[in-house]
Amino acid sequence: MALDKWIAVLFLAICLIYGYAAFTYPLLPFERNMAFLPNTMPSVLSILGAGLSLMILLSPKPAGDAEGDVLGTIDLTKWRDYKVGQALGMVAAMVVYALALRPVGFIAATTLFLFGTSFILGERRWVRMAVAALAGALTVWLLVQEALGIFLRPLPWFLG
Amino acid sequence: MIDGILLGLQTAFSLQNLLLVVAGCIIGTLIGMLPGLGPMSIIAIMIPVAITIGDPSAALILLAGVYYGAIFGGSTSSILINAPGVAGTVATAFDGYPMARQGKAGKALTIAAISSFCGGTIAAILLMIFAPALSTVALLFHSAEYFALMVVGLSAIAAFAGTGKVVKALMMTVMGLILATVGESALFNAPRFTMGIQDLQSGFSFITLAMALFALPEALFLVLDPKRGDTGGAGEAIKDLRITREEAKAIAPVIGRQSIQGFLIGVMPGAGATLASFLGYAVERNIAKGEEQDAFGKGSIKGLAAPETANNAACSGSFVPLLTLGIPGSGTTAILLGALIALNVNPGPRLMVDDPTVFWSVIISMYIGNVVLLVLNLPLIPYIAKLLTIPRNYLIPFILFFTLVGAYIGQNNATELLILVGLGVAATALRFADYPLAPLLIGFILGGMMENNFARAVNLTDGVSFMVNRPMTLALLVIGLLMIFVPAYRRRRARALKKGVPLGD
Repeated sequence: MALDKWIAVLFLAICLIYGYAAFTYPLLPFERNMAFLPNTMPSVLSILGAGLSLMILLSPKPAGDAEGDVLGTIDLTKWRDYKVGQALGMVAAMVVYALALRPVGFIAATTLFLFGTSFILGERRWVRMAVAALAGALTVWLLVQEALGIFLRPLPWFLG
Repeated sequence: MIDGILLGLQTAFSLQNLLLVVAGCIIGTLIGMLPGLGPMSIIAIMIPVAITIGDPSAALILLAGVYYGAIFGGSTSSILINAPGVAGTVATAFDGYPMARQGKAGKALTIAAISSFCGGTIAAILLMIFAPALSTVALLFHSAEYFALMVVGLSAIAAFAGTGKVVKALMMTVMGLILATVGESALFNAPRFTMGIQDLQSGFSFITLAMALFALPEALFLVLDPKRGDTGGAGEAIKDLRITREEAKAIAPVIGRQSIQGFLIGVMPGAGATLASFLGYAVERNIAKGEEQDAFGKGSIKGLAAPETANNAACSGSFVPLLTLGIPGSGTTAILLGALIALNVNPGPRLMVDDPTVFWSVIISMYIGNVVLLVLNLPLIPYIAKLLTIPRNYLIPFILFFTLVGAYIGQNNATELLILVGLGVAATALRFADYPLAPLLIGFILGGMMENNFARAVNLTDGVSFMVNRPMTLALLVIGLLMIFVPAYRRRRARALKKGVPLGD
C-alpha cells in the first residue's frame, strides 16, 4: 500500500477520535439551549474528514496522469539514495536544541546546534565551523535583543 | 481614490518604511535565490520580525517587499543555474536557462527584471482600481455571506489543486479546519480539545504551523537530496546587462498581455503565480508565429518575458481577495493574513474604512518595491549571485536555526519548538505522499473566522435557514459546490467518453 493510503488511514483514525470527542463534548449548562453549539462545526468536520479519507483510501491510483510537484518530485521508492541518516540527525538535533535552549542559554545552545548540525552534514573544518557557529549565534542574539527588543537568556542557568 | 493615494504616499515615503521596502526586497532576493526556499518559507521566517515592528503598515510593507524579492530571486536562480527556488519561476527556466547557456545571462536577467517590473506595476494599477470597487460590494455582506464566501474560497483552493489531487486538497483543508478548532471554542471561548494541555489553550500558533509546513520540509528535503541544492556553474561572471531596442519592441506586447492575464489569474483564489506563469508561457507560445514559435524553449526572449510578467502580475493580483474580502488566495497571502491578524488588523471590506493607511501604503509600497527591484537589485545581481556558492554544510544549519528562532521568539516557549519539529516531520511525510500543504494552512487561518461567522449567522436566524433565505449566500454556496463537483464530473465524463459510452443527449 502506498504511503498516501497509509496517511489516509491515519487521517481516518484522527477524524474518528476527533469525532468521538466532538460528539461527546461536555456542553456548559447555558450552552445546551443555543442554536449553535461549540461542537457543531467539529461534528460536521469529523464527518466530512472521515468521508474524504475513505474516498482517498478507496479511490484507485490515478493512472499516471497525476502531474508531480513542479519543483522536482521527491520519489519515495528511491529512498535509499537519500540521506535519511542525516535527516534524522537533523530532527534529533532540533529536539535537543528545543530542550536545551532554556537551561543552557541561547548563545551556548545555538553555537552547539550550528556546530553539531554542520558536523552531521559532513563538515570537518573545525575552526571554520566554530567561528561560523559562534558568529551566527552572537549576531542573531544581538539582533533579537537590541533591534527587536526581545529578551533571550544568553547564559546558562548557573550564570544568571 | 486621490485621497487614498496621497495617504499611501505619505505613509510609504517615511524613512522607516522606505528602508523596510529596500530591506525586504534585498532579503527576499537573497533568500529567494537559494534553490529550494520559496516565498512561503521566507515570509514565514520573516513574520516574527515583522510582528515585532508593531505597526501593521510597516510590517505589511516589509513582508510584501520580501515577497517580490523572493519571486525575483527565484527567477535569478532559474536563469543562472536552472534551479528554480520558487514554483512560480519554473517556467522562467524554460527559456532563461538556455539564454544563460548561450552566454546571454546578463541580458536574460535584464529582461526578467524589466518584465517583472512592468508586470508588477501594471497589476498594482489594476489592484488600485479593482480593490475599492470590490470592497464596496463586499460591504453589503453579512456574517452569512462571509461564511459562504469562505466556503467558496476554500473550495476554489481545492479545485485548483491539480489533477488527482482535489480530494487530497479537500482533506488537507478539513485537517486545517480541525486544527483551528483546538484551543478555545467559538463565541464563548471555553477551552476545547486541548486534551488538558495548557500550552494548547491558545491554540496552535500560526507562525509555528507556517514554519512547520513550509520552511522545515524544504530544509529537510535539502538534507535528504543534496542534488536539490546543487549550485554548479554559478561562479561564471555575468556581464552585459543591456538589451537592444528591437528586443524591447518584441517583448512589449507580451508584457502588456501577460500583465492583465496574470493579474486576473492572481485574483482567483487558489490560482496564483505558478498557474499564471505556466499559462502565460503556453499562451504566448501559441500566439507566436513560425520562427518565433520554434525559438520557445531554446532561449526565446518572449518565452522569458511571458512567465516573468505573469508571475509578478499574479502576485499583485493575489492581494485583491486578501485586502478586500480577507480571504487569502494562496499560501503566501494566507501567511500575510495571519500576520495582519496578529497585528490586530482585520482584513476585509472594512479595511479600507477602518485602516485606510494599511491598504494604501501597501499599494504604494508595491510601486516602490518594483522600482527597488529594478534599479537596486539588478545591478547588484552579479554580487548577490555569489551567495549561491555558500556550501550546503553551512547553509542548512542556518536555515533550520532561523526557523527555530522564528517560532521561539514569537511565543518565548520551548514547547512551541517541540510542536514545530513534530508538525514539521509530519508535513515532510505529507509532502512525500503528495498531499498539498497550502490548503491546510489556509483552512487553519480561515477556520476560526469561518466558525465565528457561521455561529453568528445561525444565532441571528435561529437555524441554518439563512443558507436558503438569503439569495447571495445561496448563490455563493452553490458556486462553491460547483467548483468542486463540475471538474470531477467532467473528468468522469471524459473518461467515460474514452471508453465509448455515448453522451446522454
